[in-house]
Amino acid sequence: MAEILVLVDHVDGAVRKTTNELLTIARRIGEPSAVFIGSGAAPVEALAKFGAEKVYVVDDAEIKGYLVAPKAEVLQQIAATANPGAILISSSAEGKEIAARLAVKLESGVITDAVDVDANGVTTQSVFAGNYTVQAKVTKGTPIITVKPNAAAPEEVAGAGAAVPTAVTISDAAKTATIVASQPRQATGRPELTEAAIVVSGGRGTGGDFTAVEALADELGAAVGASRAAVDSGWKPHTFQVGQTGKVVSPQLYIANGISGAIQHRAGMQTSKTIVAVNKDEEAPMFELVDFGVVGDLHTVLPALVAEIKARK
Amino acid sequence: MNIVVCVKHVPDATADRKFESDNTVDRVGVDGLLSELDEYAVEQALQLAEKNEGSEVTALCIGPEGAADAVRKALQMGADKGVHIVDDAIAGSDAIATSLVLAEAIKKIGTPDIVITGMASTDAGTSLVPAALAERLGLPQVTFASVVETQGDQIRAKRDGDAATEVIGATLPVVLSVTDQTGEPRYPSFKGIMAAKKKPLETLGLGDLGLGADQVGLSVAWTAVESTAARPPRTAGEIVKDEDGSGAKALADFLASKKFI
Ligand SMILES: Cc1cc2nc3c(=O)[nH]c(=O)nc-3n(C[C@H](O)[C@H](O)[C@H](O)COP(=O)(O)OP(=O)(O)OC[C@H]3O[C@@H](n4cnc5c(N)ncnc54)[C@H](O)[C@@H]3O)c2cc1C
Ligand SMILES: Nc1ncnc2c1ncn2[C@@H]1O[C@H](COP(=O)(O)O)[C@@H](O)[C@H]1O
Repeated sequence: MAEILVLVDHVDGAVRKTTNELLTIARRIGEPSAVFIGSGAAPVEALAKFGAEKVYVVDDAEIKGYLVAPKAEVLQQIAATANPGAILISSSAEGKEIAARLAVKLESGVITDAVDVDANGVTTQSVFAGNYTVQAKVTKGTPIITVKPNAAAPEEVAGAGAAVPTAVTISDAAKTATIVASQPRQATGRPELTEAAIVVSGGRGTGGDFTAVEALADELGAAVGASRAAVDSGWKPHTFQVGQTGKVVSPQLYIANGISGAIQHRAGMQTSKTIVAVNKDEEAPMFELVDFGVVGDLHTVLPALVAEIKARK
Repeated sequence: MNIVVCVKHVPDATADRKFESDNTVDRVGVDGLLSELDEYAVEQALQLAEKNEGSEVTALCIGPEGAADAVRKALQMGADKGVHIVDDAIAGSDAIATSLVLAEAIKKIGTPDIVITGMASTDAGTSLVPAALAERLGLPQVTFASVVETQGDQIRAKRDGDAATEVIGATLPVVLSVTDQTGEPRYPSFKGIMAAKKKPLETLGLGDLGLGADQVGLSVAWTAVESTAARPPRTAGEIVKDEDGSGAKALADFLASKKFI
């Protein structure tokens, strides 16, 4: 069975949930091999737990300070010997850029933003702001597929987890864009926006006061999101933005509060399974999307909802 | 400073976008325009040009006949000249093939100090083209920039990553992609619209770039769309008016019925 390479998405060795999803998908297509680029002890056990048969371990001392390009070279060099059946990468900004460079290097087709991948490598994507579903396939070379969070339920299947220390050579050309400074994102203590099962977000209608939105999020164990209007007003950092130019989320439940529902916002949440909105204006376009809507002031409805949920526990 | 800004002509995102029977994007039935996100690229190109005397901004677009409109809009905003690559053989090209044509066009124009692109096209939206361009041109990749500064031959850009906010540095020439955080694009002024009519707009075909029809287009694409389907419309939900706290109770009932609480 062909090896399927999975590029491990991690923060300082802590494997992100998306990687477990990729390993689960890889097992459908072939034999999952994880590629870990990092320093310190590689999380071999954590990867084996979700089915990694092999873990290529690449020390990132020479890679860390540069943007994207060296990682594409790592995958190119591993692919040259492993001859994989497919290469799976998380569909983040960086993941898609690695995929783009790798596609040119390997002369292979690339598909981005898959929300599902079947055993034959046929992908499902959601396009045009979620209005269309498309199925596609790579027809040349080694299929390179970037996969969105929540594309599969991670399955625990013990893999052999054989660590393969791997030496790579990074070209000078790949070291021309340097990371001059880096400020790690502050932990919010809440679930990752793109991975969360529930997202509670706020827009201009919050008037800058996210207290009620955050209280509801915490009651539900949800991530907090924001519209661009809220981000542009400086109420939340850009990493909270949901939409075309922010994060695209597809949770089980999305609750939009004081958000009108512009097409660019919809593009980031339209595929959520269940959609709820609270808005003062009954004409707000967001209500066209909802499974349940409340016409009312979020500053009274949300605290009352939190009290109601507490009372029912 | 010589700047090439890549602009894509896309179906209007606020219109009813569709696919053709061969599963390519319908670029005729829906009004097209300069991709909203590429307006930010044009704006940054113009701002960099204004800061560096003697600069020239070239707007470059690949697309069918009507796509020249995207170049014209860039000229109206203030770009100096336009290059439009049109060839029937290009139709149906995927992002990686598009990056090949753009790379060859840029080499033909003469590799500039900065190639600027948008963060993503608003139709395909893959964000593949900028990184693929950097790979093909062998230039440093400075992408997803929310703030851009140049000093001499040095460029610095802020990039909001998933795990960190980074400052990326490189020496020109580079490929730069910019986000909508870089600042609102200007509107063409009346003067700009008039001036644009006299600006050069060159039209080139694949042959002019030394490329063959066997390298691009739907039939040789490295990916194939097998099917497209409109999402079933969402069934109308229940909407209640909040009166004396009834809204919160009804919402809690709904969430409980769906087992969220
Ligand atoms: C290139 C481009 C990219 C963009 N990308 C994004 C993106 O990624 N994400 C995004 O969100 N937007 C994006 N936008 C912006 C988008 O077009 C809208 O401007 C934005 O989504 C509006 O945010 P909003 O709904 O919070 O504000 P508004 O449209 O101002 O809506 C506020 C809503 O709050 C309601 N309201 C007010 N007070 C209350 C109250 N007390 N209680 C309840 N409801 C209340 C109002 O009735 C109104 O419906 C983009 C725009 C462009 C041009
Ligand atoms: N056909 C095209 N013509 C000119 N520029 C393009 C074209 N396609 C993509 N680009 C550029 O590449 C960027 C990213 O596009 P994409 O990779 O399709 O998301 C866009 O914002 C444009 O700047």
